[in-house]
Amino acid sequence: MSAAERFLQRLTARRADDPSWVAARRQAGAARFEAMGFPTRRDEHWKYTDVRRIAEGDFALASDVAFDAASFDALRLEIDAHRLVFVDGQFSATLSDLDALPTGVSVEPLSQAMVANHEAVGGSLGRLAGVDFSPFTALNTAFADEGAIIRLSAGTVVDKPIYLLMLSRAGSQPVMSHPRVLVEAGARTEATIIEHYAGEPEAANFTNVVTEVMLDRGAIIDHYKLQEAALTDLHVASIHVDQGRDSHFNSYNMNLGGALVRTDLVTDLNAEGAEAAYNGLFFVQGRQHVDNHTLVNHNAPRTFSNENYKGVLDDRSRGVFNGKVFVKKDAQQIEAYQNNANLLLSDRAEIDTKPELVIYADDVKCSHGATTGQLDEDAVYALRSRGIDEPMARALLTLAFVGEVMDKVRLNVIAERVERAVAGRLPERFNLADLVETAEAIQEA
Amino acid sequence: MASEEMEQLVRREYKQGFVTDIESDTVPPGLDESTIAFISQKKGEPEWMLEWRLEAYYQWLKMTTPSWAHLEYPPIDYQAISYFSAPKKPEDRPQSLDEVDPKLLETYEKLGIPLHERAALAGVAVDAVFDSVSVTTTFKEKLHEAGVIFCSISEAIREYPELVRQYLGTVVPQADNYFAALNSAVFTDGSFVYVPEGVKCPMELSTYFRINAANTGQFERTLIVCDKRAQVSYLEGCTAPQRDENQLHAAVVELVALEDAYIKYSTVQNWYPGDENGKGGIYNFVTKRGDCRGDRSRISWTQVETGSAITWKYPSCMLRGKESVGEFYSVAVTNGRQQADTGTKMIHIGENTRSTIVAKGIAAGRSDQAYRGLVKIGPRAKGARNYTQCDSLLIGDQCGAHTFPYQEIGNSTATVEHEATTSKIADDQLFYCRARGIDEEDAVSMIVNGFCKDVFQELPMEFAVEAEALLNVTLEGSVG
Amino acid sequence: MLEVKDLHVTIEDKAILKGLDLTVNAGEVHAIMGPNGAGKSTLSAVIAGKDGYEVTQGTILFEGQDVLEMEIEERARAGLLLGFQYPIEIPGVKNIYLLKAALNAQRAARGEGEIPAPEFMKLVREKSAEMKMDPSFLQRAVNEGFSGGEKKRNEILQMLVLQPKLAMLDEIDSGLDIDAMKVVADGVNSLRSADRAILMVTHYQRLLNHIVPDRVHVLVDGRIVKSGDKDLALELEARGYEWVLEESVA
Repeated sequence: MSAAERFLQRLTARRADDPSWVAARRQAGAARFEAMGFPTRRDEHWKYTDVRRIAEGDFALASDVAFDAASFDALRLEIDAHRLVFVDGQFSATLSDLDALPTGVSVEPLSQAMVANHEAVGGSLGRLAGVDFSPFTALNTAFADEGAIIRLSAGTVVDKPIYLLMLSRAGSQPVMSHPRVLVEAGARTEATIIEHYAGEPEAANFTNVVTEVMLDRGAIIDHYKLQEAALTDLHVASIHVDQGRDSHFNSYNMNLGGALVRTDLVTDLNAEGAEAAYNGLFFVQGRQHVDNHTLVNHNAPRTFSNENYKGVLDDRSRGVFNGKVFVKKDAQQIEAYQNNANLLLSDRAEIDTKPELVIYADDVKCSHGATTGQLDEDAVYALRSRGIDEPMARALLTLAFVGEVMDKVRLNVIAERVERAVAGRLPERFNLADLVETAEAIQEA
Repeated sequence: MASEEMEQLVRREYKQGFVTDIESDTVPPGLDESTIAFISQKKGEPEWMLEWRLEAYYQWLKMTTPSWAHLEYPPIDYQAISYFSAPKKPEDRPQSLDEVDPKLLETYEKLGIPLHERAALAGVAVDAVFDSVSVTTTFKEKLHEAGVIFCSISEAIREYPELVRQYLGTVVPQADNYFAALNSAVFTDGSFVYVPEGVKCPMELSTYFRINAANTGQFERTLIVCDKRAQVSYLEGCTAPQRDENQLHAAVVELVALEDAYIKYSTVQNWYPGDENGKGGIYNFVTKRGDCRGDRSRISWTQVETGSAITWKYPSCMLRGKESVGEFYSVAVTNGRQQADTGTKMIHIGENTRSTIVAKGIAAGRSDQAYRGLVKIGPRAKGARNYTQCDSLLIGDQCGAHTFPYQEIGNSTATVEHEATTSKIADDQLFYCRARGIDEEDAVSMIVNGFCKDVFQELPMEFAVEAEALLNVTLEGSVG
Repeated sequence: MLEVKDLHVTIEDKAILKGLDLTVNAGEVHAIMGPNGAGKSTLSAVIAGKDGYEVTQGTILFEGQDVLEMEIEERARAGLLLGFQYPIEIPGVKNIYLLKAALNAQRAARGEGEIPAPEFMKLVREKSAEMKMDPSFLQRAVNEGFSGGEKKRNEILQMLVLQPKLAMLDEIDSGLDIDAMKVVADGVNSLRSADRAILMVTHYQRLLNHIVPDRVHVLVDGRIVKSGDKDLALELEARGYEWVLEESVA
């Protein structure tokens, strides 16, 4: 039996009560996944990422949502938000908080929407993330039974972030989950959406999430993906964005956790004035492996994209960055900038980076850059000449290196959390966490 | 394969009859062991060479054509190609310039090729078109004095078998890739250069002067070895478009630089790109690789690629020696329906190795081109540095320019920088030139030449001048 | 406090300082003047420990300690602080981080504990007000996007917080308009005390109207060729450097 077939066996057991349209989707996803199988490193898109740890794993499906209250409080973001919480992929009504939703916003768990709301969900789900995109989107399509359906009607400005917290539990039997997120942002809407992955230490589950975001004319969406899962967790995600005229999509992709994390981020800029900003960070250590694949399709003239990914790699970790900018024929007067900068803190860490440009229009301003190197020695000297010792100077500059991305983050609670995590991960004696706190205190005073 | 078995094989093939054909100048189309044995026999090669070719052939049989490049072309029928044909007899060649394609002559005119050289380039059967005998003679004497060996690869296999055997295939192994394997099995022509220890080659070596074969071989094999502290500058090709009936070219070039040696390899490639619809052009699938084997050695590739319907070419450097240096300077110009997928690989293995990549791509008409590069820093390459700059210029809205730089970095003390831009010729630049009375086409070529300056200045002097002229010819008709 | 003897320094085999002697005592303000290329900035850079300078001969003692044997940060912690002519921008490192880390490093070297947060906050607010810098500067990256004048004020702010024993100011007046010059000079003057010395390197006399030196030295071609009191600076302003050189040759 192939790994794909073995995975699909789990599908048969519990799907008896699916509505027929859902059953048909599952079937299509399963068939496609079986045909494709898990990707191998011979596949250019997976050249640097080996998914055997997933393919060879044995993952059950979770059936309850019990979660320790104290660790829930420790893991969640301290933020005033409309909150949906999932435990190993299953919706937890008790941990969620959707009481104060303003009019014009609808947020519901996928399980409910699939049963109650066929017309609305059925037409949109899978429109951007088809089963052909990758074996993992096909697998997700086969299994997805939970997630979040978020709809904003035209003109709605959501006051508070919509916060999706995906928790992963440690247990004797690893589980898999295939969450699905769908965001339909009507014309001139504004919202902030957070996908936060966290969990108990030692959790070794497999999460395979697919997110689709559709922005109508003039919509502005800030999308955060904060990956803080246990260093044993496996995570594959794809985020698909479709942008209408004058819409803005800002992605903040922060990677701190996970043993194996692969994220695909794809944006289609389909009408003039559409603009996408990708801000990414990966800070990895131990034997973590983080792979970010991004793609911006400039399908229409006068569209803009700006991407900045920063990686810091320690120990024996491995980072992969593959950023592609595609400019369609006749998509004139576009601007696309892409940058990936990496810092290797250890000789056994490795980074594989490939910034690509594929351009079929001539009146364009496109540039990309990738740098991997060390800290600026003049800056090290300047700090040392103020009495700061060399390791501390390097720690400060490492924090500064990620700061460029952090400065773009508009939600302070996330910026501070990431900055503290980074500061805290540098060797303890540097005590940067204390510096960060002092600076925050002074700012607030 | 044991040599006994080899002998048997060769004998068996003889039985099948090609031995009676040995006097013929051509083999029928198709490729099998007997074709290879025929070639080897014809060239008077020692047995180890045939064995080597056959090893390559068996590997090739197991391989498939690479499909990762950003290129589109119909499948090649390798059994439809004739793998050996001696140079044409004078009576089969055009008897005078009147019989030559006027378009070709027009290009020579524009490039300023001296009249007496035009005939030679066009393959006209006129003896002593220019005084090649005296040129080559003085040339050879000078090299001989310096101890430099410069001859065809076939001659080298016969005359210097030990040297060839020591280095052939050590940079590009027989089974390196599909086209290299094919080349290893059937190569029939190419150059061999050996510069002994401490010698600086007294002149620039050029295939242009190695007049012994007017036709460029379809499967060229070039091997250049620079011993310790030796230096050589080698020029491949010439700037005039060559008449050539071979559709497929699969050359292999191997460079070996020992301690403190320096090899500079410059190419101007201007083969027939095909007509406006891309019909009939050359497919150019080349494997070029330099091995900086010794400490502080240096290999520099400079290329100007304007010809061929399809170019698939990645001159590379293996930086093994400590503090060795690899360089790649490239201008690729495509127009019409041309496709080019070119770039380089810099493999940093030794400590403190350095590499520089400057690639300039100009796409016009309906052409498509890609820069594809790999910078790999091995775990032991402490302090390695790479700087890559690759810029594309698009002329017109029917063409495409793409950049695929791979970086694999496994050492924390390495510094790797990559910058790339894609743009068009700015309207205000054009306006500025035209407001000074320069017509649009001249303005474009001025601006494009400026864009390529970083690379042109790496070319040997006379090449640089010709390269500029060539660029203008290639871009003709791309504006307006 | 500082004793430089027979100092010879080369940069890439080119001799810059050729036997320089200089003694600075606590409580004194010294100015080193000289034409361009005389080696003024080299002197302060060598004392601070910048890479790329080779000391081929001579000694530098600071409070009896051999400065040349000390690491860069040890020098700073011992109280030897250099204000740069061209302060580097350090993107992403907040001023406040730099100040706190530097201050704590100094305290640790003295065997003191870290400065309590409230005390530190009070200190930096006070000092930045003195330098007429908005507190928002503290949250900005070191020198990033600062104007020339802001950078120089930031250098002095660091001095005010770190309270060095010997403050070296390399061309601290360059690029300053008259108002900024006043603020910087006030800052420097507030550092003057009986147990602290200040060593200024400058090309122009005008700075010395604001920060009046006790001693003025003329550095020409790698050596101090003439020393005097503040009047020497005025004389240099009026007559240029040529006469000093001629006098010293004669």
